[in-house]
Amino acid sequence: MAKELWEGNAAIAEAAIRAGVEAFFGYPITPQTEVLEHFSKRLPELGRVFLQAESEVASINMVYGAACAGARVMTSSSSPGVSLMQEGFSYIACSEVPAVVTNIMRGGPGLGNVQPAQGDYFQAVKSAGHGDFHMIVLAPANVQEAIDLMVLAFDLAEKYRTIVMFVADGSIGQMMEPAEMPPMRPVRPPEERPDWALTGAQGRKPNIITSLYLGAENMERVNLRLQAKLKEIAANEVRWKEYSTEDADLLLVAFGTVGRVCQTVVREAREKGLKVGLLRPITLWPFPSGRIAELAEQVRGVLVVEMNAGQMVEDVRLAVEGRRPVRFYGRMGGPIPLPDEILPEMEKLDAECR
Amino acid sequence: MATVEIPADMELVYKYPESLTEAHTHYCPGCTHGVIHRLIAEVLDELGVRERTIGIAPVGCSVLAYYYFNMDFAEAAHGRAPAMATGLKRVSPDKVVFTYQGDGDLAAIGTAEIIHAVNRGELFTTIFVNNAIYGMTGGQMAPTTLPGQVTTSSPYGRDVETAGFPIHMAELVGQLPGAAYVTRQAVLDVPGIRRTKKAIKLAFQTQLAGLGFSMVEVLSTCGTNWHMGPLEALEWAKEHMVEYFPLGDTKMTDRVRALKEGK
Amino acid sequence: MAKGMVLINEDRCKGCGLCVSVCPVHILRLADGRFNAKGYRPVEVTDPEACTGCAMCATICPDVVFTVYRQRRKPKQAAATA
Repeated sequence: MAKELWEGNAAIAEAAIRAGVEAFFGYPITPQTEVLEHFSKRLPELGRVFLQAESEVASINMVYGAACAGARVMTSSSSPGVSLMQEGFSYIACSEVPAVVTNIMRGGPGLGNVQPAQGDYFQAVKSAGHGDFHMIVLAPANVQEAIDLMVLAFDLAEKYRTIVMFVADGSIGQMMEPAEMPPMRPVRPPEERPDWALTGAQGRKPNIITSLYLGAENMERVNLRLQAKLKEIAANEVRWKEYSTEDADLLLVAFGTVGRVCQTVVREAREKGLKVGLLRPITLWPFPSGRIAELAEQVRGVLVVEMNAGQMVEDVRLAVEGRRPVRFYGRMGGPIPLPDEILPEMEKLDAECR
Repeated sequence: MATVEIPADMELVYKYPESLTEAHTHYCPGCTHGVIHRLIAEVLDELGVRERTIGIAPVGCSVLAYYYFNMDFAEAAHGRAPAMATGLKRVSPDKVVFTYQGDGDLAAIGTAEIIHAVNRGELFTTIFVNNAIYGMTGGQMAPTTLPGQVTTSSPYGRDVETAGFPIHMAELVGQLPGAAYVTRQAVLDVPGIRRTKKAIKLAFQTQLAGLGFSMVEVLSTCGTNWHMGPLEALEWAKEHMVEYFPLGDTKMTDRVRALKEGK
Repeated sequence: MAKGMVLINEDRCKGCGLCVSVCPVHILRLADGRFNAKGYRPVEVTDPEACTGCAMCATICPDVVFTVYRQRRKPKQAAATA
């Protein structure tokens, strides 16, 4: 299929449609609203389900209900709305039904603003809701990757019967870029829904989907099963991209939009004679800790750049385990760190680690 | 149990419903949840839809309802059953979907979810059990607790000046255009139980005919947290609850009426 | 000859006594000095011959303890000869 000009938010929605999403439940919030609008136009014409819910709380529970039925389903929102959904994330994770959630992150805390930001890293990666669980967290850096990862999101959600969060900052949601859509997958017919799903107990024992396990040992058994699954995901699904790391002796780590900006930093730093490489995590959970640990052996120092006060940097430090200095540069509330701000930080690190 | 010989001239007039599992419930002696479960099961048996029915349990005393109903079931977050039912029914329009919710679940924490599900005319059925108290957490004030009623969180009696008034859900929900059939019934005596069963049946028939949202509010008891015996609780509810929560239909569209009269 | 008959699944009974209160012929009582597996005094029938098979006990029972039988109505003449 040829490349077309796609706006990030519409591309995310269309990619989900191509991936065979059967239902979308959501609530308007800037800078995510175009995702909802695209679904509102396309899903009815395809005979699929679109519903604008009364709140994000309702949206995520509609997703939970449809996921229990074995349908391919998603919602999308932006930071404050995602906070409202956290109750549902925890129930979905414990019930082990597949669901996809998009967070087009904006400035926070509180109502914040509608500027691009990455302040929800902790929420997505470490504190998605009460109890012990992680979501698979996918973070694209451009529109084409957003499309590809959205298709992957459904495949991972169903493969592991888990919740997958797709996080992009508002700039990816709002930018237009040439990108190629995958072909339309056929929607799975209702009679082919998975055998664990609530489809009516016809000629079989009833299926029960719950997240309630009153006995201590029972609850621990469920937790151990969830942890074993997370371990399997961590072993198999770590994704990242590297740029000029082969000979690098300084490492940049950045995700999403900043990861893209840092590609320019690598080029400009190398023009100045600094051997800088970049690692851009694509899965924020599971985190590419192993590869970062390997690179820590190779480089003199690490600079982490984020659109927040320093969140992912904690995971980088955990991976580096004190082997090398790990420094941080960030902007909050909307400004995107630019190469001419990051480059001096890189030079400082170079001087420090000489 | 010893085998009992049934005389040849006798016919079976009441048997254990297929739509219930054989599990013994955890409900207290005399708790009317058991009666309401049984009525739903009898209705689903009579309609022959057990194998395509999906229930959604609430948070509250009936949180374990999925152990007692012999059909596919999901357990919702507190108050969110109507949102879950919406999602489930929208992707499974050929299934029969119902939520089973208590007063805290439906009339406090889940008010937004029920109101908007009704207003959209979602094609599921809600069985709303109103016993004027939070049972599972040990007898706290509910949105439906009566004025002056003493609970563990209204130890001086519900003061409407500070705690507000008991909420009339059947009346509230019945006003919404998406509601096709909404009624309040009581399982406090045998005639009331029979009327409640008829109402539950009509509610599911409303769903099967695709006529809109249907809800049966059922006045129920909580002997344990009211500190009364089972029989005394029934009498107390008849004396005090029925006055505040009048029985009867708060919504019946012409098409539901035709459905009812055609039967 | 009894018009009706109830079977009692004793182990389901929680001894709430609601059935005792509604039985129109007053033939139900809670067992005295006898307990079921749950530790409750289960319901029992005092006079099976008096049972009418009205099923009011089954209607009010929260624990589905009862199975109820009732005498068939006498077949009509036409049906009997068909």
